[in-house]
Amino acid sequence: MASGIRIRAKLKDGVAEVKCLMKHDMETGTRKDTKTGELIPAHHITDVTCEHNGKVVMTAHWGPAVSKNPYFAFQVKDAKPGDTIKVSWVDNKGATDSVEETLK
Amino acid sequence: MKLHRRVFLSGAIAISALLALPRALLAAYPTKAFGADNADEALSTLLGSAEHSPSDKITLTAPDIAENGAVVPISVATSLEGAESISVLVEENPQPLVASFDLTPGTMADVSTRIKMGKTSNVIAVVKANGKLYSTSKEVKVTIGGCGG
Repeated sequence: MASGIRIRAKLKDGVAEVKCLMKHDMETGTRKDTKTGELIPAHHITDVTCEHNGKVVMTAHWGPAVSKNPYFAFQVKDAKPGDTIKVSWVDNKGATDSVEETLK
Repeated sequence: MKLHRRVFLSGAIAISALLALPRALLAAYPTKAFGADNADEALSTLLGSAEHSPSDKITLTAPDIAENGAVVPISVATSLEGAESISVLVEENPQPLVASFDLTPGTMADVSTRIKMGKTSNVIAVVKANGKLYSTSKEVKVTIGGCGG
């Protein structure tokens, strides 16, 4: 299945600069439905995990104040061509998505 | 009828256990810290202390004026030794805590993302290093708010 995360990794002097865009509504829970006037329940990514060759190198907790379709960039040390970078998320409704990229 | 109830209950328990599973694999999500309505409370719940001293070893990059509060690009980097985590807060948001990144020796202390801001506010980056909190802040002017609609 195609992943909803777009990832780009650039290797430079042993450091991998990873940029990703995740497809997610990131509802804050404070917005109202314009038709019914009812609050739209919060729906946002809560946990993001980054792995380098299967080892967790960064975890992040996010609140609803991260923008819609989040952009996230980070840098991984001691990276070399052929290494894998995996990014995955879990949202507050239990949905998940992940993507894996091999460094060139 | 009793049987039905039992079947229903065991089913309900199984489903809730299933939903809780992915959560259990990760570090507990700090619901309380994200729900806190002021920056100090969020920090003390998340990191155990609200006391942070200003540091010039943290670089917070954010625009001076954000036209659209729904998408404010920020990045935080630090040259502090032994940085364990980076937290980002927006003082005037209904819930100030935006995001918190836990670093390991395998990553550079440098993250970028985009955040929502309700109105003009200070953005605070707090770095935990060697058990102490260091921070830097910057005021970002917002012309159109990004919380609610």
